[in-house]
Amino acid sequence: MTCTVLLFAAARDRAGSDSLTVELPSGATASELVSACVAAAPGLSSLAPSLRVAMDQALVGHDALVRDGAELALLPPVSGG
Amino acid sequence: MSRIVEGPLSLERAVAAVSDDHHGAVATFSGVVRASSHGKRVHRLDYEAYAPMAERTMATILATIERELPSVKLYAEHRIGSLGVGELAVVVAAGAPHRRDALLACDRAIEAIKAELPIWKREHTDGGAEWVRCEVHTKSNDG
Repeated sequence: MTCTVLLFAAARDRAGSDSLTVELPSGATASELVSACVAAAPGLSSLAPSLRVAMDQALVGHDALVRDGAELALLPPVSGG
Repeated sequence: MSRIVEGPLSLERAVAAVSDDHHGAVATFSGVVRASSHGKRVHRLDYEAYAPMAERTMATILATIERELPSVKLYAEHRIGSLGVGELAVVVAAGAPHRRDALLACDRAIEAIKAELPIWKREHTDGGAEWVRCEVHTKSNDG
């Protein structure tokens, strides 16, 4: 499946783009999504351990299965307020 | 009720949103841009949000606290964009019949907002611009 992943803040800066398109096998996990993003944008590698995955605007665990067609995003540690 | 806002925030708007004749207490929190951070002079902060998720997360946070403390009515706004020193970045207001629930709800709301909202700030200081690492993550990474 082809996945478009939104990038924010430090992740966007490191990747040099506000989104990435990656190809994943069906049944891939959130953790595999992060790895695919790092492969597509190596600038993300040092940030990768701290990135969380959001699927349809909710955080998911690293073992969560990526759903085809879901809205995906990589979130660096938040710093609002 | 909650909002992610591009223009200036209003504490008055927040207070008005939670005030009614049965609320003898209104507790508020204002988060203000500081002039210094870790010994460096701050010129401004840029806030960026994953806006639809931030709106949804904020609404869930406030609804959860209102369910836990049924006498409380909550309102919060978080600003995004470029903010100068002294400007409001976040406001929270909690109205309740009595002060204890209002103070408790306000405290819980700002703690959850800071920990959970997908919002990021970039600090512009004399030393350049960098994304701020949240304290919770820094501590857990250190520990």
